[in-house]
Amino acid sequence: MEQRLVESTRLPSEASYREVIESGCGYSKLVRRGELLRIVDLEGNQAVDTLFYSASDPSERYSATATIVAQNKLYLSTGSRLVSSEGNVLLTIVADTCGRHDTLGGACAAESNQVRYALDKRHMHSCRDSFLLELALHHPHMTKRDLTSNINFFMNVPVTSDGTLRFADGISGKGRYVELRAETDVLVLISNCPQLNNPCNAYDPTPVEVLIFPARADVHEET
Amino acid sequence: MGASNERLAKSTLLVHEQLRGGQMWSRVVRRGQVLTLIDVEGGATPAALFYNARQPLERYNMADTLKAQHTAMLTRGHVLYSDMGRVLMSIVDDGAGWHDTFTGHMDRATSVRKFGEGSYQTLRNDFHRDTRSNFLIELGKHGLGKRDIVPNVNFFTKVAVDADGNLTFVAASAPERHVSLRAEMDVLVVLSNTPHPLDPSPRYAPKPLALTLHEGRPAADDDVCRTSCEQNARGFQLTEDYLLSL
Repeated sequence: MEQRLVESTRLPSEASYREVIESGCGYSKLVRRGELLRIVDLEGNQAVDTLFYSASDPSERYSATATIVAQNKLYLSTGSRLVSSEGNVLLTIVADTCGRHDTLGGACAAESNQVRYALDKRHMHSCRDSFLLELALHHPHMTKRDLTSNINFFMNVPVTSDGTLRFADGISGKGRYVELRAETDVLVLISNCPQLNNPCNAYDPTPVEVLIFPARADVHEET
Repeated sequence: MGASNERLAKSTLLVHEQLRGGQMWSRVVRRGQVLTLIDVEGGATPAALFYNARQPLERYNMADTLKAQHTAMLTRGHVLYSDMGRVLMSIVDDGAGWHDTFTGHMDRATSVRKFGEGSYQTLRNDFHRDTRSNFLIELGKHGLGKRDIVPNVNFFTKVAVDADGNLTFVAASAPERHVSLRAEMDVLVVLSNTPHPLDPSPRYAPKPLALTLHEGRPAADDDVCRTSCEQNARGFQLTEDYLLSL
């Protein structure tokens, strides 16, 4: 498996903002053009379900399919450009010490947990619920219509040559991170996944940390 | 022609239409009815979206469809799940063996980059149509729009994935190949018979698509889509529970 790990040029002490997202929590934040957004897998093997929207018009949003087609590749890593539904680049991955992130697995939901595991799983907490609550509380103009196929940072969902989809053991670890440069003002919406039914979180959801680094006017970060 | 297709031929034919290359289509397919898409000449790559006709906020969900059935592609025995854990459509017959789920569609800008302008002013009704514009037009007729476009199914298209995730477009179509989908609730189906984003041909030349709609019955207890995996047995049960409330 090809993996090119790229470290960030920024030290954590340079961050203008730091926030820990506890396991099972929703989160949203505006990231300005040129700022760097780092997501750190604090304890390892966590899945971070993430959606991005154009801050000025949330009907323009991260498109999994446009992103996959633009890079002709299923998985995300350093250099991946996250393409919007309107064909614009919302963010670019500029550093990645994990090596592969999932584009197909989507977010867990009470209803899909019932289908996948058992009818009595409906009570369990899910990413869909975290997304819906975060939107209802902080972005009431957005609804379930705005929840489309998300990225699962740090999650390993390989597709085999015969078209089988597998949920494989994570390739992330304690302290690994992914860093993205915002190419426009974006709203990031995160669910720190509470799934307890499959190995995407090693059956033990853990916190992640978000850091934001100010734009550097004098330096254009390489991708 | 497979056994299930022969049975179809004997049941009541409700609709038989031809779509030109570039054309779009939408219709509510009632529970039990079977929609068959036919790649008349080979090379048609219709893109499709699916919604609960009564409540379009419930729509086809690529991720939930793939996760439940541990597949990245679709063929006979698979179903299309909504984002509410219910079955919208079942693939009851398939002559192609592989339908793509994750490469989406072209928009106007990508179509122009690939095929050139192809304007209405020069080509009249042979002008270049792109999938996203077609979806927006057809969705607009049902009060839906940009926020309702999700990753679509691309029928008669195979996209192979290597160990590093690199993609290869593989021609999966041939003349007269078909795929048949049975509605498990009343479903709004939106089709755009336009070029696939990874089709290597530099020429805009979408191929015709025929479609038929037959009267049919919902999935029986021993139906191949219901029994193909335990997840689908639960998906059908949740769908039937929902229909009790209507």
